[in-house]
Amino acid sequence: MADVKKIATRESYGNALKDLAEEFPNLVVLDADLAGATKTGIFKKAYPDRHIDCGIAESNMMGIAAGLSLSGKIPFASSFAMFAAGRAFEQVRNSIGYPHLNVKIGATHAGLTVGEDGASHQCNEDIALMRTIPGMVVMCPSDDIEAKACVRAALEHVGPVYIRFGRAAVPVINDKPDYKFEIGKGQIVREGKDVTIVATGIMVDSAIQAAEKLAADGIDAEVINICTIKPLDKDIIVNSAKKTGKVVTCEEHSVIGGLGSAVCDALAEEYPVKVKKIGMQDVFGESGSASDLLKKYGLDGEGVYKQVKEFV
Amino acid sequence: MDNLQLKKYANEVRKGIVTSTHAAKAGHPGGSLSAADVFTYLYFEEMNIDPKDPEKADRDRFVLSKGHTAPGLYAALANRGYFPVEDLTTLRKLGSYLQGHPNMHIPGVDMASGSLGQGISAAVGMALGAKLDGKDYRVYTLLGDGEIQEGQVWEAAMFAGFRKLDNLVVIVDNNGLQIDGPVDKVCSPYPIADKFKAFNFNVVEIDAHDFDQIRSAFKNARETKGMPTCIVLHSVKGKGVSFMENNADWHGKAPNDEEYAKAMEDLAKIDAELA
Repeated sequence: MADVKKIATRESYGNALKDLAEEFPNLVVLDADLAGATKTGIFKKAYPDRHIDCGIAESNMMGIAAGLSLSGKIPFASSFAMFAAGRAFEQVRNSIGYPHLNVKIGATHAGLTVGEDGASHQCNEDIALMRTIPGMVVMCPSDDIEAKACVRAALEHVGPVYIRFGRAAVPVINDKPDYKFEIGKGQIVREGKDVTIVATGIMVDSAIQAAEKLAADGIDAEVINICTIKPLDKDIIVNSAKKTGKVVTCEEHSVIGGLGSAVCDALAEEYPVKVKKIGMQDVFGESGSASDLLKKYGLDGEGVYKQVKEFV
Repeated sequence: MDNLQLKKYANEVRKGIVTSTHAAKAGHPGGSLSAADVFTYLYFEEMNIDPKDPEKADRDRFVLSKGHTAPGLYAALANRGYFPVEDLTTLRKLGSYLQGHPNMHIPGVDMASGSLGQGISAAVGMALGAKLDGKDYRVYTLLGDGEIQEGQVWEAAMFAGFRKLDNLVVIVDNNGLQIDGPVDKVCSPYPIADKFKAFNFNVVEIDAHDFDQIRSAFKNARETKGMPTCIVLHSVKGKGVSFMENNADWHGKAPNDEEYAKAMEDLAKIDAELA
C-alpha cells in the first residue's frame, strides 16, 4: 500500500475550513488550546480574526459557540473527541442540542488511533453519546475526500452537527469520479452476496481490505460505507441484509452504542438477521502506535478478515 | 420610567410568580422573587427590546442562567406584553409553552437554560458575536449565588474579562440561600465581588430592591469601557412575601391554597402602599 496517498482526516478538516471560509462568511472557528493538533491552526493562519481560542475550557467553548450561533455566526467548535463529546457532553446536550442551534462540532483524535497518548485520550464513546441527542447529525468520514465533504455538508445544514475526525493518516479511498456525498446516505463500495460489512470512518478501508481477502477464499462480501451514523441510511442496510442474510459492523469505537448498535436498532425493527459487531469490545485502549493498536484489537484488514470469516 | 411605576410593575411580576407557581403546584418562587426588581428593570427600562418583535435584529439579549427562576422571567415577559398574563397559570403543565425552565419556544426567551453554569457562556458568546460584527447591542445574564459554584461560570468569566467584553453585564443574585441552605454553609462562594474583580470585571454591589441603586449600577455598566461589568445584587430570597423571605424552604416549593391567599394579601398591601 506504499503508493496509496494517505492523509489524516483532521488535516482535511483544517484544510476544508480554510477553503470554505470565503464561501461561508459567517463561519467562525473555536478551539480549546489545540489548534495545532486539531488543525484549525490552518484556518487560523489564513483568518486570524475568525478563529477564537477559548483556552482549556471546553464546556465554556460549547456555550460560547451556542451564543455565537444566536448572533448569526456558524461556529465550528473544535477539540479532541474525548473533551468535545465527553467532557462537554451536557453542554452540547443542553446548550446546543436542546435549543437546536446551528453549531458544528469538529472532534478530532477520535478512537483508538490517537495511539501513543493512551486510553485517557482514546475516545471510543463519542458516537454513542452524540447519537442520543435529539436532532444531532453524527458523521464519521472515512478519508480526506469524505471529510472535506462532511465539513461542507455541515455548513449547508441548519442545525447541530457532530463530525468525528482521526489523528492518524489514512488512505484516500473515495477518489472516484462518481463519488457524491449526502448527509444520511450510505454507499455501497463493493457489491457482494454472502455477507454485508457495514463500516464507518477509517474502518471502511479495513473492511475493503478484508473483503478482498475474503474473495480469495470464495466469500463474496458487500461493503457499505456509513459516514452518517445519524440519521442512519436504514434502507441501504436492510436491503443488503435481505440479500446476504448476515451483517458485520466495523467501527473504531465501542461496540456499545455506536455504529453497531445503530445498525442493530434498524435491523431489529425491519429485518432481523444475525449481526457481528467489530469494534472495541467494552475495554479501554492503551499506548502504542496506531497501526499496532489496530492490529492488536482486531481492527486492521487482517483482523476484520478473520472475524468475518469466523462469523460466516 | 419613574421608580414608583417600576415598583408597581415589580409587584405585578411578584404576583405572577406566586400565581404561576401556585397553579403549577411546583416551581421556584424564592429566587424568582429575589430577582423580581431586576427582571422588571431590565424589561421595562434597561433593554432595547420590542415585545411585538421578540427576535428583532440587534436587540439587547438576556440569558437567564439561573433558569429555575423562570417564573420570574415569565412574569416579567408577560407583563411587558410578550404573551398574555393569564397564560402564567399554565406554567409547567403538559401542553403549555411555559416550560419548567426557559426554552426557545417561549416569546422573548433568547436562550434555553436551566442547567446551571451554562447560560453565562452563551451570553458571553452573544456578546462576542456583537463585537465580531461591530454591533452595539448589549447582553445581560442573571446568575444565582449558588450557581457560581459551577466551574463553568469561571471559565466564562475568564474569557469575558480577557476579551474585554464591555457589552456584557453579569448579574449575580446574592440572596444567600441555595437548596441545601445558606451558600456560606454549603460551599461558600464569598467573596463574590473580589472574585469577579480578579477576573478583570468592573464590579458594582447594590441593594437589589432599591431602584435608584439598580438604575445607577446599569448606568455604570454602560459607561464602563474595556471590561465587562458584574452587578452583585444583595437581595432577599422570597422578597415581598413575608413567610417566604430569607427561608431556603421556598427555593423550590409552591404555595398551597392557603399560602397563596396569604402571599397575595402581602402583595396587595404593597399595592396599597404604592397607590
